[in-house]
Amino acid sequence: MDDLYREIIIERYKDPLYRGELNPHDITFEDENPLCGDHIRIDLRVDEHGTVTEAAFSGHGCAISQASADLLLESVIGKSLDEVRGLGKQDILDLLGIELGPVRLKCALLSLKVLKAGVYGMGEASDDLVED
Amino acid sequence: MATSSFNPGELANLLKDFPILSREVHPGVSLAYLDSAATSQKPASVIDAMDEYYRRTNANIHRGIHMLAEEATAKYEDARQKVARFINAHSEREIIFTRNTTEAINLVAYTWARANLKNGDLVILTEMEHHSNLVPWQILASERGIRLEFIPVTDEGLLDLDAYQQLLAQEPRLVSFMHMSNVLGTINPASEIVRMAHAAGAVALVDGAQSVPHFPVDVQDLDADFLAFSAHKMLGPTGIGVLYGKEALLNAMPPFLGGGDMIKKVMLRSFSANSLPHKFEAGTPAIAEGIGLGAAVDYLTHTGMDRIAAYEHELTSYALDRLSEVSGLTVIGPRAELRGGVAAFTLADIHPHDVAQLLDREGLAVRAGHHCAMPLHQRFDLPATTRASFYLYNTRADIDRLASALERVKKLFG
Repeated sequence: MDDLYREIIIERYKDPLYRGELNPHDITFEDENPLCGDHIRIDLRVDEHGTVTEAAFSGHGCAISQASADLLLESVIGKSLDEVRGLGKQDILDLLGIELGPVRLKCALLSLKVLKAGVYGMGEASDDLVED
Repeated sequence: MATSSFNPGELANLLKDFPILSREVHPGVSLAYLDSAATSQKPASVIDAMDEYYRRTNANIHRGIHMLAEEATAKYEDARQKVARFINAHSEREIIFTRNTTEAINLVAYTWARANLKNGDLVILTEMEHHSNLVPWQILASERGIRLEFIPVTDEGLLDLDAYQQLLAQEPRLVSFMHMSNVLGTINPASEIVRMAHAAGAVALVDGAQSVPHFPVDVQDLDADFLAFSAHKMLGPTGIGVLYGKEALLNAMPPFLGGGDMIKKVMLRSFSANSLPHKFEAGTPAIAEGIGLGAAVDYLTHTGMDRIAAYEHELTSYALDRLSEVSGLTVIGPRAELRGGVAAFTLADIHPHDVAQLLDREGLAVRAGHHCAMPLHQRFDLPATTRASFYLYNTRADIDRLASALERVKKLFG
């Protein structure tokens, strides 16, 4: 029906690999997209070298936001927090393998915004975090 | 006997009046525009009236002595008279041009309410209101301690009039409510609600954003003190809306924005306000848009509001039937007899943004989200819905396309 909804997106939306919560965790953060009410929480466990060892997300939202969260967490396991801080918009689009208009881009970038706000230990997730 | 709607020949001719309907949305994919509750499409006569104004008439109004200024003023004021006749106002002095419904409601909140409401006074709204009829009153509540109460919405999507009756015992000063819900489609019994408000000594404001475009609204029958609506939802342009107010009320109200055109006389330290309706229209208004609104009113009047209402009713009944055949789809709001041309729904647990995006790929323009009615969605425990809304230029074919596309969305998400 649509190339935007590539198999991998539908698949990860229906059967995410990283859905859940980590308790205890080293880093947690949550935020929402007020436009559509999508809500994402991300928990991370990080070892003594600052490497992400485990990751999980919870919340609700559209297929794009949920699939991008799942793919993003898969990609950050094994990365250092410095590498996570370096992630940007293009990394998400590469993971999803699609082009997105401005409205749906917000859905796709919500998880990255939440992840980076958590890693930076910020009080709130800013759009600046996901600009390339 | 009920008013007849359009026969197939009339419908075919009518569709030709809307140039946008012939465009493709994606290569080879024609448009089925099902988002008229957000904004309507415009017939060529409206576009031409505005185009003609800029090509031949453009001038500032009310002060000019030259020919163009006189013509522009005449066209703009002619539009005001058309609007007055359209809703059966006593006089064009009762027609205040605003930017839109939102500004019309805010005008009442900033002038009438600030002059008349004090700490502890009660304003009654409803749980189904659009944000434009909630936030102005919330601002007023936090500024000067007025109280807000809400007529509850039943599970079927109707206002609970027994609960309203009980609220009226608290002697509200104002009852402000929507005539037709932009989400549930519910057509509220506006005359009755106004009558009850008046019996309790309250002023009544009707948000007509979804009603005035779709069925005959007569302010004398309604007896509303204020009626607010937008041109862009009734085949007219964006940037212009209307506040109707009873003349005595408008006369007693302080002005809204200050500036040119709203004054009779200005001294260095004081001014005297202009007479109605100009008292509430500071600065150069949306002249071309006013003229466009006049052309939209002509189109609606010529087509016949009774017939538009009858046609939309048939279409809505058909849509509710077709949508009910889609498994996993739930429409919120009342049965067809009690609603206008709006159907907001959920489709299994598929997010409305995904639904809307996939429908767009088939040329179907619908809206997804909370439709500026977050409290109403909370009332039904829904984060968001997908909404299809209809107008006179929609057809059964549009609805057939919608139903079959929804089946494909369902299949994709399995």
